[in-house]
Amino acid sequence: MLLSLDAATVRLGGRAVLDAVDLGVAEHEVVCVLGPSGSGKSTLLRAVAGLQPLSCGRVLLDGRDQCGVPAHKRGVGLMFQDHQLFPQRDVGANVAFGPRMHGVPKGERDAEVGKLLELVGLPGAARRSVAALSGGEQQRVALARALAPRPRLLMLDEPLGQLDRSLRERLVVELRELFGRLGTTVLAVTHDQGEAFALADRVVVMRDGRIAQSGTPLEVWQRPADAFVARFLGFDNVVRATVVGEAADSPWGKLPVPEGTPQGGRTLLVRPAGVRLVPADAGLPCTVTARTFKGTHVAVRLQPADGPHLEAACALRDAPETGASVGVEFDAAEIVALD
Amino acid sequence: MALPVAFFAVFFAWPVAAIVARGLKVDGAWQFGRIADVVTQPDIRHVLWFTTWQALASTALTLLLALPAAYVFARFDFPGRAVLRAVVTVPFVLPTVVAGSAFLALVGHHGLLDELWGVRLDTTVWAILLAHVFFNYAVVVRTVGGLWAQLDPRQEEAARMLGASPLHAWRKVTLPALAPAVAAAALMVFLFTFTSFGVVQILGGPTFSTLEVEIYRQTSEVFDLSTAAVLTLVQFAAVGAILVVHAWTVRRRESALRLVDAGTTARRPRGAGQWALLAGVLVTVALLLVLPLAVLVRRSLDAPGFGYYRALTDSDGGTFLVAPVDAVWTSLQYAVAATAIAVVVGSLAAAALARRDAGRLVRGFDALLMLPLGVSAVTVGFGFLIALDKPPLDLRQSWILVPLAQALVGVPFVVRTMLPVLRAVDARLREAAAVLGASPWRVWREVDLPLVRRALLVAAGFAFAVSLGEFGATVFIARPDNPTLPVAVARLLSRPGDLNYGQAMALSTILMVVCAAALLILERLRTDRTGEF
Repeated sequence: MLLSLDAATVRLGGRAVLDAVDLGVAEHEVVCVLGPSGSGKSTLLRAVAGLQPLSCGRVLLDGRDQCGVPAHKRGVGLMFQDHQLFPQRDVGANVAFGPRMHGVPKGERDAEVGKLLELVGLPGAARRSVAALSGGEQQRVALARALAPRPRLLMLDEPLGQLDRSLRERLVVELRELFGRLGTTVLAVTHDQGEAFALADRVVVMRDGRIAQSGTPLEVWQRPADAFVARFLGFDNVVRATVVGEAADSPWGKLPVPEGTPQGGRTLLVRPAGVRLVPADAGLPCTVTARTFKGTHVAVRLQPADGPHLEAACALRDAPETGASVGVEFDAAEIVALD
Repeated sequence: MALPVAFFAVFFAWPVAAIVARGLKVDGAWQFGRIADVVTQPDIRHVLWFTTWQALASTALTLLLALPAAYVFARFDFPGRAVLRAVVTVPFVLPTVVAGSAFLALVGHHGLLDELWGVRLDTTVWAILLAHVFFNYAVVVRTVGGLWAQLDPRQEEAARMLGASPLHAWRKVTLPALAPAVAAAALMVFLFTFTSFGVVQILGGPTFSTLEVEIYRQTSEVFDLSTAAVLTLVQFAAVGAILVVHAWTVRRRESALRLVDAGTTARRPRGAGQWALLAGVLVTVALLLVLPLAVLVRRSLDAPGFGYYRALTDSDGGTFLVAPVDAVWTSLQYAVAATAIAVVVGSLAAAALARRDAGRLVRGFDALLMLPLGVSAVTVGFGFLIALDKPPLDLRQSWILVPLAQALVGVPFVVRTMLPVLRAVDARLREAAAVLGASPWRVWREVDLPLVRRALLVAAGFAFAVSLGEFGATVFIARPDNPTLPVAVARLLSRPGDLNYGQAMALSTILMVVCAAALLILERLRTDRTGEF
């Protein structure tokens, strides 16, 4: 393991912001820590960088305990949430800062800066002032600056946080491709699941300073570890139910469940795609309370006569009007027991 | 942190302790009864009474005259506003003796008013009060006007939309936001006038004497050091109390206010009333701030062919052992040394105070740093005189004594200027540099220094102007053969004769030009800065 956290704990004002976290990142791996704000993910990065001392536990890089090693000697890179470019320096001097601190001679430095700026898609921008850069350009410069001292581990704090949506979607693909090409080891944190799933080999979901789930994007998406993870990923249809055979008794009536579902009292997740709308006289009778346009589909919010509301995904042309009465049937393939 | 603490321990705490010991220890035993003895003497009680009431009157008069100006500068946009703002600030950095001589030239014997209408004010308290307004006008305009300009006018507009009349909206919205700043400014003015020395020394004559002047008189004329020490303690207590109240109002002022860019709140005056207000402020500035200085310059040119200036180069004038013009050179040397000391000590202290994890102890030091500013120069000078004249530290014969005292007075200015800028440097910028491989020392050099360089220059300029004009402490410890400019001016004024008077005016003019030049350079640096952060 390039990076291992061993029961890493940070207490601030009596509260454990990071609570006995164990985490490993292998070489060339891209790991994304996902969690709501206040879940301790930024503290995790700061602890690895050496900007935040641990209350107990250990941070190991290449198997060596980093206790007492100051930030500037750890050889890790950190890209800050709002970039933190040096305002009084131009783009080139920002990127060259790391190599300069490491005593790289000027000629080599300039060549390196040119190469990196080309790599991040800003060729020839070295003399520009950082104040004149757009948000996306700043992000690219910050990335080049973080890469310049060739850190063994690159950490990104909300790398695309403040950019607008379309730019974010484009950059996340570029980043993924760039890290694959360079073989960079990356530990990133974000609150945006789309970003995490697009970027990472492995996703780690955090809650209240603890790790709630860790796995490949597909694993986490298909089988959230618990109701918290499911809700954080945007799934609303989470209920308690009693599974008997291939059916479950829930507030929404009898639900079909896949073969091999564990029996007894369970928390079930019904993905919106598994909620099928049928004519009002069939299935569970519901009223449409809201419709949200999601681009490729419409999210329809349904209120059954009894029990919590439901969310369904349906094609644009099939979406019923608000106030309409519909029936609901469930698809066993889109229902999963979380515990 | 260690250096500033040591500096203050040796050059402030120790001299003060020496004063206490001198005043209250008789034959090795503590005599706290001395305090009561001294303050119940009728003439001392008279001094205390005069000190207090003239400070109150000066403060009231300053507020009365300067608050309209604060409004005008904050809310009106008119041609020449920037120049006028600089003009208003000039008196604040002028040495007290310059102000003293300027008012002497205006309202004194053979002064302008005397010649025109036979009016003399130099034997009345009015001369002192007007000179105090002259000095502290800028304090009110800057403190109150600075905040006023940043108050969002839309707050008042919101109150208007909710049905408040203009006056009502002002009273309910603007006034409460402004009140702490007004209180802070008033306390500052009270503090400065309570400890006034140079002005009263020159304009007060034998009739009027503040505590500060009395301390000086007891030390250098009556040679009653123990009475002087007791008076110093009384002053110390009063100043301490004022500073505590001041710190409290400042904390209240920093409470949540919606501030906007000062550049966006000013507009052209509208209607006859507003133009009249603007005109009134301009006339006040012209009469009160510009006229005295203009008269001073004119008086210095009274002798044909720059006679008074040429007389300055004569060493056989009899007043000094050296030619008065040598005082210019001495002053500049002292000021440079004092500035260097103040900047080093002040920036180290500011850097320690700016750390986010600064503990209570360090923040307490912040308040302590302000003490020399209020505790009055005479105390500092007197303390130096009695504390640093024997081993282990005997600096009586050393030229460094004067710059040290001046630096002590300059340090609070350096800290005040540097601290906000240092606090504004984003801590994560430092972290970014550290993660990129910069050691703590390099972080300071690469991140902090470029951002605070300008503030450092401004601070140095302030310290320079302050030490150049410093009078109260210097007059105690400057050696007779090496007077500084203000000391030379005061000494010339204390001698009879037109030549001495004229030379004093000429020296004051030189001093004024140097200080004003320093200030105008500072103003340039300041305005340049706004675009950068």
